[in-house]
Amino acid sequence: MEQTPIITVKNLVKKFGSFVANDKLTFSVNKGEILGFLGANGAGKTTAMKILCGLSLPSSGEATIAGFDVYKETDKIKNNIGYMSQKFSLYEDLTIYENIRFYAGIYGLSRKEIREKTAILLNKLQLGKEKDTLIKSLPLGWKQKLAFSVAIFHNPKIVFLDEPTGGVDPITRRQFWNMIYEAANQGVTVFVTTHYMDEAEYCDRVSIMVDGRIAALDTPSNLKKQYNVKTMNEVFLKLARSN
Amino acid sequence: MISIQVKELTKNYGNVIALDNISFEVNKGELFGFIGPDGAGKTTLFRILVTLLIQDKGTALMEGHEVVKEYKKIRNMVGYMPGRFSLYQDLSVEENLKFFATTFGTSVEENYDLIKDIYQQIEPFKKRLAGKLSGGMKQKLALSCAMIHKPEILILDEPTTGVDAVSRKEFWEMLCKLKENNITILVSTPYMDEASLCDKVALIQNGKILSIDKPDLIMKSFSKPLLAIKANNMYNLLYDLNEYKNTNSVYPFGEYIHYTPLEKTYDIKDIESFLVAKGHINIIINKIEANIEDCFMDLMKKN
Repeated sequence: MEQTPIITVKNLVKKFGSFVANDKLTFSVNKGEILGFLGANGAGKTTAMKILCGLSLPSSGEATIAGFDVYKETDKIKNNIGYMSQKFSLYEDLTIYENIRFYAGIYGLSRKEIREKTAILLNKLQLGKEKDTLIKSLPLGWKQKLAFSVAIFHNPKIVFLDEPTGGVDPITRRQFWNMIYEAANQGVTVFVTTHYMDEAEYCDRVSIMVDGRIAALDTPSNLKKQYNVKTMNEVFLKLARSN
Repeated sequence: MISIQVKELTKNYGNVIALDNISFEVNKGELFGFIGPDGAGKTTLFRILVTLLIQDKGTALMEGHEVVKEYKKIRNMVGYMPGRFSLYQDLSVEENLKFFATTFGTSVEENYDLIKDIYQQIEPFKKRLAGKLSGGMKQKLALSCAMIHKPEILILDEPTTGVDAVSRKEFWEMLCKLKENNITILVSTPYMDEASLCDKVALIQNGKILSIDKPDLIMKSFSKPLLAIKANNMYNLLYDLNEYKNTNSVYPFGEYIHYTPLEKTYDIKDIESFLVAKGHINIIINKIEANIEDCFMDLMKKN
C-alpha cells in the first residue's frame, strides 16, 4: 500500500463552551487505508467527523483532508469526499435512478457521465430492473449498498461512513464490507465508524476514542497484542471501561 | 407456566408481509430474545403484543389475556420500551419517572425496590432534562420508566441498537439481574452476539421464524462442519476460498474467515495446499463450533 497521508490531523481541539469534545487529536490516514473510528457514545466521534468533512470548524489545531485545509477550504474538501450514514443516506421518496442523478448532479458530473456510470452501477448491484423503484420500498440491505455506491459515485478520495451497517442482516453486512474492500483496493480511503466489533477487525487500523481523546490507534493485531486479549471487543471494553 | 402464547400471527402492510404465520410460547420469568435484522418483523410483533397494533390473523395471549379483546388489562401489566421514543425529552429524569408511575396509578415510592439498582445509577442527574442525557443514561431511565408499575411482562424493542459495546454489556447485565423478579422479558436485537445471553431465542427474518430454541441448542444443531481460516492477505483469501472446489460458504468473521464445505467431509491438508499454491502465507486452519451468526446465515440461505 502507498504510504501517502491523505488525512493529517494535528492537535485538533473542539470545544463547546467549557466542554472539550475533541482533545488534541493527532493522527494521519494513508491513501487507500481503511480506518475504523471507534468509541463509546458521546466520546466525540461525530464531532471529529464533522470537522473532517468540512461541516464544522475546529477550536484550534490543524487538519488537512485530501490536501485541503479544514478552516479555509471546506468547499474543496466537500468536493473530494463522499459521506453516508445509517440514519440518512438516500431520499426515500425519490427512485433509485433519481437519487443517483441527484447526487451525481450535485457533484457536477455531466449527463453523459451520469448515464454511463449509472448503467454500470445498476448492473453491478443487479438493480437494473428496479431503477424506477422508490427508495422507501427497498429492503434496508439494498438501500445501504446503494447508498455506499452513490457516496463514491463521484470518485472521491475519501469516503466517510457513519455506522453504515447498523441493523443490516449478517449476509448483507458482509457483502457491504466486500464493497468497502473493493473501494479501498482502488485507492479510496475509508473512514468508518461501527458498533460491530467484528468489523473493527476488517480495518487496516483502528482508533478508539475515550472522552474526547484518541486512547489507542494501531492495527487490530497490534492492539490485541498490546492489551493481551483475543478480540477487538475485549480491547474496546478494556479501554472504554478503564475510566 | 406460560406467560406469552402466540398462534399463527399474521400482519400485512399492503403487499408487504410483516409477520407470516408466527407461533411461539414464552414461559414465565424467561428472558426471550428475538434476533433479526431491520425489517424482520420484530417491531410489528411487539406492537401487536402491547396492543398498539391489531393483527390480520391469529391470536396472542399475554398472561392468558387476549390482545385485542382485553387490551386494557394488558396495558396495565405490560412494560414497553419502544425502539425510538419512550421518554419526554423536555421533562427531567425524575419528572419522567413520576409521570409514568402516575399514568399507571402507582407511585415511584411503591415500586422503588424494583428499579432501585438501575435508577440509582442515574439518580445523581435526576434534575437533568431527559433530552440532555447520554445514550447509556437514557436507556437506564427508559427501562426504569417501563418498569415502575411493576409489570408482569417487559417488552424491550431493540434497547441496544446504536449503543456502544460497553453500554450494551451493562444493559444486558441489568436484564439478567431483573430476571430474579420473575418478570417475563421479551427483547429484540439485531446483534447476533447478544443471543447467548438469552434463555431462549427466536431467529427472525422476513416475517418468519427461522429457528426457535435455547441458544446453545441452536448452535449445536448447525449441521455442517465449520472451519476458521486465516492468512496474511484476508481479501485474497476470501476470494480464493470462494474458488475452491469444495466450498459451500465463506464468510468473514472478525480476524478469521468461516468456511463450510460443500461435501459432508473436507480435507484440511487439501485446503492448505490449495491456499499455498495460491501464494498465501501464515495459513491457520481450525475446526470450530458454530455461533449464532453462523446459524443465522445458514438458515437465511436455506430460506
